Amino acid sequence: MNTIEPTVPTWATSRSRVARRYLIPLTASVLIVLFGFALLDWISYEYAYLAIYTILQYVVLATAWNILGGYAGYVNFGVAGFFALGIYTSVVNYKTLQLPLPVIIIIAGIVAGIVGLGMGYLTLRLRGVFFSIATLAFAVVLNTVFNNWHFVGGARGVPVLRPDAPLFFGTYPRYLFGVLLVLAVAAVLIARAVEYSWLGRGLAAIRDDELAAECSGVPALRLKLMATTISGALMGMAGAPFPYYITYIDPASAFSLTIAVNTVAMPVIGGMTTWIGPVIGAVMLGSLQQITTVTISSALSLMLVGVLLVVFVALAPRGIVGVVKTLRERWA
Amino acid sequence: MVNPELLFNALLTGLFLGGFYAAVSVGITIAFGMLDIVNIAHPAFIMLGAFVEFYLNSNFGIDPLLASLIAIPPAFLVGRLLYKIYYYAFERHGEESLQGLAFFFGILFIVEVGLLLVFGVDYRFVEADYIRKTIEFGYISLPLRLVVPMIVGLAMVAAIYFFTSRTFLGRAILAVSQDPGALRFVGGNPMRVKEIAFGLSIATAVVAGALLIIIQPVEPSLGREYIGRVFAICVLGGMTSLGGTVLASIIVGITEALTTTFGGPSWAPAVAFGLLIFALVVRPQGIFGR
Amino acid sequence: MSEALTLHAPILRAKQLTKRFDGFIAIDALDFTLGQRERVGLIGPNGSGKSTFVNCLTGALGIDQGSVEFNGMDITKLPAWQRARLGLARSFQIPRPFKSQTVRENIEVPIMFAVGHSNPDQIEAEAEAILAQIGLGALRKASPKSLTQVELRKLELGRALAAKPRVLIADESMAGLSDPEMDEVLDVLLKLSADGISIVLIEHIMRAVVRFSQRIVVLVAGKKIADGDPQEVMSHPEVERAYLGQ
Repeated sequence: MNTIEPTVPTWATSRSRVARRYLIPLTASVLIVLFGFALLDWISYEYAYLAIYTILQYVVLATAWNILGGYAGYVNFGVAGFFALGIYTSVVNYKTLQLPLPVIIIIAGIVAGIVGLGMGYLTLRLRGVFFSIATLAFAVVLNTVFNNWHFVGGARGVPVLRPDAPLFFGTYPRYLFGVLLVLAVAAVLIARAVEYSWLGRGLAAIRDDELAAECSGVPALRLKLMATTISGALMGMAGAPFPYYITYIDPASAFSLTIAVNTVAMPVIGGMTTWIGPVIGAVMLGSLQQITTVTISSALSLMLVGVLLVVFVALAPRGIVGVVKTLRERWA
Repeated sequence: MVNPELLFNALLTGLFLGGFYAAVSVGITIAFGMLDIVNIAHPAFIMLGAFVEFYLNSNFGIDPLLASLIAIPPAFLVGRLLYKIYYYAFERHGEESLQGLAFFFGILFIVEVGLLLVFGVDYRFVEADYIRKTIEFGYISLPLRLVVPMIVGLAMVAAIYFFTSRTFLGRAILAVSQDPGALRFVGGNPMRVKEIAFGLSIATAVVAGALLIIIQPVEPSLGREYIGRVFAICVLGGMTSLGGTVLASIIVGITEALTTTFGGPSWAPAVAFGLLIFALVVRPQGIFGR
Repeated sequence: MSEALTLHAPILRAKQLTKRFDGFIAIDALDFTLGQRERVGLIGPNGSGKSTFVNCLTGALGIDQGSVEFNGMDITKLPAWQRARLGLARSFQIPRPFKSQTVRENIEVPIMFAVGHSNPDQIEAEAEAILAQIGLGALRKASPKSLTQVELRKLELGRALAAKPRVLIADESMAGLSDPEMDEVLDVLLKLSADGISIVLIEHIMRAVVRFSQRIVVLVAGKKIADGDPQEVMSHPEVERAYLGQ
């Protein structure tokens, strides 16, 4: 007999361990955010904030992707599409209402979530493979649409001026860092909540065997739609601040293949079955890329991502988390 | 009012493109339709082929079509090797689809970045006599750089058709997708058959690469446009049907040409993908059905 | 019109059910009934369409013609998960466990989704009860990948039971079992029948079918060729021909 760890740890559902379920993660989240804000005093090197911003952005993207990809087993190649929806919601806002960033993040989330729901409704009845191809198609169609939409700059793009940062943060990069820190923590909390809930259990059953799950009473389409909506919304939220980070936005940078590959590679490398995996993957791979881009070259750092993705998916498909779990199970 | 000359030439261009697209997609018909392997890196191999032919053409003056013939044997071997890796990593465990997808996604990326590192971002093109020539009949213009790929492309598809319907190995490929057990029964080895089929698939890619670089200059990221096209054509064409692939290719080619002529080239990439979404949502079994 | 009130109304009925695959007729205008608390055996040579029929009844496959009624209600258009919630459960011929989850978690899925419990303690208690019933208690934390064929089949049955079904379709639960193991499973099924669950037993092992069934239905090439008392059906010439001609 070989025992494995349960999909959802018992303390996560037991009524008697309320503290561990709620208090610890919430306290940890608050502490992380406070620590992050404290960094604002300690680190004066501006580039560091932009570098960490990128990593935090990937934490959100990888975590969001994993809700559908890792939990439900449906691989979404249209990451760029949802990310871009957030970006362009922000661009439209920039050119019209100029609402503050936190507000536009929420709006972007709603827009991306609704589009995710619609796309899911059309494509989630398809076999997993066809779903993935359809998501790719969706991203390219959106790319073409934005290429032709002159209000947001079409193929040429638009420059984006950073407004003044709120007083507490000082410079805009610090503000971006602060916003993404909160968003990243929120994303992880959401993913964790999904994973430990009945939704997560249902998605896991769908991932393992969709037909058997349906015959066990799991409403597969509904749960998949929920996952797609949440996942899409979070990816859209990650996109909203991006124009201010990059200061010049065009469809090529919005629909960058690098972002798409990274978003898939990070959960694969970190581990797809639990919320920690994407975080580990994002932090490790993101940091690695920051370092190699600066020291070697950006092209080689991209090559590295591709190679790691292939190696991990072939040899260690359960990711770093999976390797750790296997070791723990063997020594138990 | 639509200019009839413009319309007619658009249709003709679409037809030529269709022939070329058939060559591009036949590899996916084999890999995905028949072997159930979702090789989304197929376009990357087309680009790889195109750049190899560029290299042979610019350094040794070899005609691109000839260069593709030279590239076929190594491409075939690469395909076999790739299948072996795919089989041992995924197919054996029965978890093909999703992890296989991520695997090929990674390969796609590696090939594209590799080409970028070696050749840079510039557009590359080949030199050959027929590329600049155009035959004119009144208001019909037949640019050879489009006609030759169409002819060669359709010829290649026809060759594969004969291979799969007349030879034992070819029929084994058709059989292995439907019933590996029965194949064993008549003395075939499913794994070896699949290996050869996948090698064939990659070989068609490098030939398609030669056709591509005859039609237009190439740069490494061009392959991305083709991902949607080839899967759209494969699905529209009914997955396993070679005839369906040809018909679907022509439909896609003509639709794109019409869109480009009357709507502008910036909408062209969306056409194939739009058709794909349409096909998947409305008729998952394609035109010819499975 | 609710037949559910009548004592002798069938709990599950297929009327003129037809299923085609691209021109090949897998099930041909099949009429089938399962009475309340009845034990029906469904037999037929390989490829006769038994599993396809089960898939059609449970909603895993759509049908081309005909209808399926459950407890007097037309469920033909209902998706599989709703049928499961109504009380129609099945086990799979080739076990399909949730491989990344523990044995107990496998059992918990139908408890959470088909029965609809949300209280974790209740879910755990019911899962443990099912595990005890099928004899897999000691393996509660095991991975399905490490289970033997027998244990996998028990898990299949356990998962179907966890859905608190009114109708249980057991698709070849006994393949590969030794005689005493088979009797063990049969006893579980007989007890379930005594508790009020109507059961369809699909099997190749004649000993089990004859011992278990009150009525036997024979399916050959998608058509019903016999339906009635076990002894009569087994000695029916067409049935003998169908099996000998295999």
